[in-house]
Amino acid sequence: MRSTMWIFILKRLVQGIFTVWFIATATFFAMHNVPGDPLLNDRATTDAIRANLEAKYGLDKPVMTQYGIYLGNLLQGDLGISFTQENREVNDIIRDHFPVSAILGILAVIFAAAGGVLWGALTAIYRNRWPDYVIMFLVILGISVPSFVVAAISQLFLVNVNGLFGTTVLPVAGWGTVLHMLVPAMVLGLGTMAYLTRLMRSSMLEIISSDFVRTAKAKGVPPARIFAKHQLRNAILPVITVLGPSIAAITTGGFVVELVFAIPGLGRYFVQAVQQLDYTVIMGTTVFYGAFLVFMVIVVDVLYGFIDPRVRMEY
Amino acid sequence: MATTGSAIDSDESFAKSAGKQLAIYALYTLIFLTVLIYVFSIVAGRTGGGASGGAVDSANNSITITLRQEPPQLDAGRATDASSFVVLAHVMEGLLAYDDNMQLIPGMAERWEIREDGATFWIREEARWSNGDPVTAHDFEFAWKRVVDPDTASEYAFILYPILNAEAVTQGELPKEMLGVQAVDDRTLEVQFAQPTPYFAKLVAFVTFLPLQQEFYESTNGRYGADADEMLYNGPYVLDEWVHGASMLWYKNPGYWGDHKGFLDEIVTAYITTDVNAKLNLFKDGQIAETQLLAPMLPEAMEQRWQIDRVMDGTVFFLEFNHREGRVTDNWNFRRAMQLAQNSDELVYKVLKEAAYLPAVSLFPVWIQGLNGAFRSEYPPVEHKMNLELAREHLEMARIELGIEEFPPIVFLTGDTPISILSSEYYQELYKQNLGLEIRIDVQNFKQRLAKMTSGDFDVVVAGWGPDYDDPLTFGDFFASWNLNNRGRYNSSEMDAQVRIAQAELDPKKRLDAFGEIQRIVYEDVTLIPMYERGWSFVVDPRLKGFKRRSIGPEVDFNFAYIEDAED
Repeated sequence: MRSTMWIFILKRLVQGIFTVWFIATATFFAMHNVPGDPLLNDRATTDAIRANLEAKYGLDKPVMTQYGIYLGNLLQGDLGISFTQENREVNDIIRDHFPVSAILGILAVIFAAAGGVLWGALTAIYRNRWPDYVIMFLVILGISVPSFVVAAISQLFLVNVNGLFGTTVLPVAGWGTVLHMLVPAMVLGLGTMAYLTRLMRSSMLEIISSDFVRTAKAKGVPPARIFAKHQLRNAILPVITVLGPSIAAITTGGFVVELVFAIPGLGRYFVQAVQQLDYTVIMGTTVFYGAFLVFMVIVVDVLYGFIDPRVRMEY
Repeated sequence: MATTGSAIDSDESFAKSAGKQLAIYALYTLIFLTVLIYVFSIVAGRTGGGASGGAVDSANNSITITLRQEPPQLDAGRATDASSFVVLAHVMEGLLAYDDNMQLIPGMAERWEIREDGATFWIREEARWSNGDPVTAHDFEFAWKRVVDPDTASEYAFILYPILNAEAVTQGELPKEMLGVQAVDDRTLEVQFAQPTPYFAKLVAFVTFLPLQQEFYESTNGRYGADADEMLYNGPYVLDEWVHGASMLWYKNPGYWGDHKGFLDEIVTAYITTDVNAKLNLFKDGQIAETQLLAPMLPEAMEQRWQIDRVMDGTVFFLEFNHREGRVTDNWNFRRAMQLAQNSDELVYKVLKEAAYLPAVSLFPVWIQGLNGAFRSEYPPVEHKMNLELAREHLEMARIELGIEEFPPIVFLTGDTPISILSSEYYQELYKQNLGLEIRIDVQNFKQRLAKMTSGDFDVVVAGWGPDYDDPLTFGDFFASWNLNNRGRYNSSEMDAQVRIAQAELDPKKRLDAFGEIQRIVYEDVTLIPMYERGWSFVVDPRLKGFKRRSIGPEVDFNFAYIEDAED
């Protein structure tokens, strides 16, 4: 069984590499076909300067040649130099700013997962009683209110709290200490938390009324043990399934939160690059995010095998 | 069977015990999170900016401010964006500089002489780089030659065109050594002009003219300006820490030659964000020293009894026509009809309602200086009156001249900012009602709008122009037929003749007369329709004095700022 698992992982890795290549190719051609010109700026340039800029970024070559060069560099892990941050390599940008997004993202996912599982289980246990109604109302709010609204409101709330105490209880924006992370991470994870709560609730309800729980109860297993071993453990599976993609989505989707809380994450660079047609940064971040997402999906697949023995059989 | 299930989960004691279990898990999670966050904060300390000492810290004589965006790089020869200009204005100094009243003052040059055929600058003896080396004339010669070098591909190379051979060098027709600038000795810089350039002294205060030490530049292997330690400084402040995307620390330059600038010990740019609401929150929380206010924020600001200031940011916005042949907008009667059917007062006061905006009435903004006072009071713009009857007559003439039954939809190219879209929608309604014209709004993001402007794929474009240097010419040459920024391809021999006078005339009065003529032509030939002059409302921490927002150069200027009760 051990060797079949390695084969499984290998198979997924090869698939993953193919997926990343596809992402890279699709992004490359989509980007080159988007109207607009990355080298145009407020102040018009002469043809000579333009020609030099094109030569610098290799834009003077035919598109297929550029694609070849690009793939070659990608294989060597060289993502090129940013068009707008002229002296910075895309590798530098990712290395400097992804850790920030990752810390924020992981924290947000933990908030989301812990909250989702706890609230979801709670609503299932107290189904159709007041804790269920209150939490599910909040869940609907959490899903439907966009993050820029939540971010702005929570920031305003921080200002008022600080004003009330006459000192900085929690910083309003910025990055660097524990206190800087708490609120942004919660805001970032809120939507996912709400989604996971609903998922957990329905999954839990299904388990609660299943046969093996009834059997366990009939055998006289202590309630706490039934809850922990039979119900929670089984109900959590769907949550784990969506957790991998959620981590990637949260980590890459923090643009609004990063902007509002002035956090130096990668999301901001990603969005700015698209607005400014910074080809190398768009390519670099897209491929990086793509690879990250693929990797997280593989990790979840493998983890799944440990939690659910039935999955392992299908390797 | 289903009844059994509901019997189980309605079991009160089971729910209680499960709830208890859940509470225990929650506690575990909380403990785990606390530990995790602690670990993260240690990691994050290495990736992010530091905490700051608050907006105004009198004990340390330091302030905290925000930057609009991360400077792409701080290589002055290639800088093009507002944030880079702000940083460079504090950590570097050119031959000349502006004082707090926008008057030219000596910088690296202690005196200068502008002649018909060239200029001489005498570098002050005490001028030093932050590594202790003297700033010499050679540093300017090297910097300027590098800017025009086609390999540098500087987008602002055109601003050096008044210098002999600059244009030919950027085109690759002459080697860069042929540029008309030469360090006669360490302290004397000789410049030869391509044509008389009476405004050259104002030009050299611009960032592209900042000096660069050859030896240091070559030691950075092409990474000059990418990081704090990959630059040399000669301004009132020195850039010390630069955490990309997060923060910068500028400290007072001990080697700066003068005592008229740089009164703060430290300036921290702790936050980088374009979110004006976030900035306002930071200001309210006492974290930053100044912030900009948008119209919806003004009532609250007044409630808080803040001292609200206003400043023109320098930029003029206008409807620029496509003058290419075959376009409806190439027809003068048509443009005149559009001009007569509108009034910028209505746009600004009834539609945009931004308190700091002014209705534009000319290509030249209100703050441009003339001979002794404001340019626009010495050369008043043609008085504009809305006249619908006349407008419709001109429209009819245009229709006959163009030989068409009906006007095609007019393509209004516009940016994707809320203000541009709002303005376009206003004009759409206005021209429909007043002239029966159909306007088709084409909203594009910045780069795509520029691409369409450059290729001429529009009839009218909502555009703006901001100044580079403190001279009417920074606006005045916009519609010269050879100006690449004239993307509507306006071409008039009368305009070109006046621009040539404005560029080269040595008599200040005659030169300003030319600008007066340019202003008149722009109105009478309806080269554009002025919309508004942009301005900012802003609020500054009352403890901070001497802070300036500028129309030209850096948008914010802390060089003359000081804290009133600072402890030395």
